[in-house]
Amino acid sequence: MTMQSESRDPLLSVRDLRTWFHTFSGVVKAVNDVSFDLAQGEIMGLVGESGGGKSVVGFSILGLIDPPGRIEGGQILLDGEDLAKAPEDRLRKIRGREIAMIFQDPMTSLNPVHTIGRQMDEMLRLHTDMDEAARRRRCIEMLESVGISQAEDRLRAYPHQFSGGMRQRVVIAIAMLAHPRLIIADEPTTALDVTIQSQILKLMKRQVADHGASMILVTHDLAVVSEVVDKITVLYCGQVVERGDVRDVISAPSHPYTRGLIDSIPNPDHRQPRLSQIPGTVPDIRNLPKGCNFRDRCPRAQALCAQEEPKLAPTRQSLFAACHFPIGTGGDA
Amino acid sequence: MMQAFLASQFFFNWRRNLSAIIGSVIIAIFIVIVAFGPLMVAQDPYDLTQLNLLDSYKPPVWLPGGDPRYLLGTDGQGRDVLASIIYGTRVSALIGIAAMLCSCLIGTSLGLLAGFYGGRLDAIIMRIADLQLSFPSMLIALFLMSAVGTGVDKVLIALTAVGWVVYARTVRGSTLGEIEKEYVQAARVAGLTNAKIIRRHVLPNVLTPLIVIATVQVGTFILIEASLSFLGVGVPITQPSLGLLIKNGFDVLFSGLWWTSVFPGLMIMAMVFGINLFGDFLRDELNPRLK
Repeated sequence: MTMQSESRDPLLSVRDLRTWFHTFSGVVKAVNDVSFDLAQGEIMGLVGESGGGKSVVGFSILGLIDPPGRIEGGQILLDGEDLAKAPEDRLRKIRGREIAMIFQDPMTSLNPVHTIGRQMDEMLRLHTDMDEAARRRRCIEMLESVGISQAEDRLRAYPHQFSGGMRQRVVIAIAMLAHPRLIIADEPTTALDVTIQSQILKLMKRQVADHGASMILVTHDLAVVSEVVDKITVLYCGQVVERGDVRDVISAPSHPYTRGLIDSIPNPDHRQPRLSQIPGTVPDIRNLPKGCNFRDRCPRAQALCAQEEPKLAPTRQSLFAACHFPIGTGGDA
Repeated sequence: MMQAFLASQFFFNWRRNLSAIIGSVIIAIFIVIVAFGPLMVAQDPYDLTQLNLLDSYKPPVWLPGGDPRYLLGTDGQGRDVLASIIYGTRVSALIGIAAMLCSCLIGTSLGLLAGFYGGRLDAIIMRIADLQLSFPSMLIALFLMSAVGTGVDKVLIALTAVGWVVYARTVRGSTLGEIEKEYVQAARVAGLTNAKIIRRHVLPNVLTPLIVIATVQVGTFILIEASLSFLGVGVPITQPSLGLLIKNGFDVLFSGLWWTSVFPGLMIMAMVFGINLFGDFLRDELNPRLK
């Protein structure tokens, strides 16, 4: 079975993206040769530990990398247009209209001094030529579609009058207002109560499907992504270590790092005395070791891993992994 | 609107704070004086045809030799001291408020630019501010006045040059805090230009602390202006402020003709006192840490 999505023309195609930060203490290669494709209507999970470069991928796509950071190379093709080379005023038209972003903390991602209605209206005024009455109707419609009752009254409310979950619904409504084709959701449920995380995820999945959009779900929580995404890309030290369809990745990953991430999800069916964890810490990204970046933490590391950097290659089913000795292949010892 | 104000926490606290009430009453009286002052006195002290040299140096009405037409006495040209004070209060208060508005406008704009863009622009603006703070503000104002000459507009320039720094520093600090918040990122992601982000999103969030600074600064400016005028580099003699009135009377102060300086002095004191009382109340009310 091959990845079906790759046969269609992708909506977004990231090719060898490099986003480096030139800091005083050295060059941080936050994103280093990352490639992936995203088809129309597809949801991709971008997974990794803190500092793994997940968010930087999202901001690179939007052209919002501030100095000392820079996109050093690669292509970000949205419908064939290279955003990595697009001028700022073109990017500004794309932001919000073609690509929307949902942030982690709904407590701070809405401006406390403006009403919800005004913040929604701003988006429509910027990206559509609807008149005032039409904009208002659209805002009310959108609020209702994310499950906010008495939408008309709520337009006049300020962010502090909403609960965290409700705020994130508003943030989603604002993101979807201009019918973007791509949503980048950066840890959208991390700041929320566990009880409403899955509600919000389902809402996002439904909204994305209703609008025929695609989504990149950036998260460190594999349990979260497995509920909603179609495929997963795993980042480690700014590089893709594994990617594939969600079912294959979750049920039988081939990279030991992915295996470690999955094993550290608590599972109520298995009675484990202790939750397993990946030993060690992420290496200093300014000073990466030769060979495989994961080898010091890897239970399967061998002499070759210290010498040669593994390349992303097909392993099983839909999976690609950057590992000399992927799980479940002849390399098993 | 009125109903909402009377029911607000602000009004509730105000009613229970004696110094806030006194401050507000003093400010209210001064607003009336500034607005309607000339209607309250018979004489226009700067219309020379209304002056009578025979009435010069009349003492206040309750002293022997006092004239009931001149409640607080007259000066050497036979000007009614009360009328001079009321006209002078207008000049002083309007200069204080106008200079505050100019400082606030310039300081806030520079602070927003410095905080939002950072880098070299930030360094330049804030080093100028530091340099400015290393001189006593009176000295800067004096230098400027001696360089550009005297006049109401020149006093405004001097006071603004002294006053913008405090806004710039405060706004820059708050801006640095605000741009860290995700709503600023969200505005960038929504495709807003930097100018719109600064104006619509950052500015309204950094304004609150400025209200207190602005209030207290009006008082400070009235004092600086009075000092400049007293030193003879302030407003021209044709538009005397309270400071200039004090100076005019100062020459004869030790001849026992005290009323020409002391009453304008008391007026300045009352005005600045009222502003500071109210400013203290505002500081407590608007400080988020005390909520």
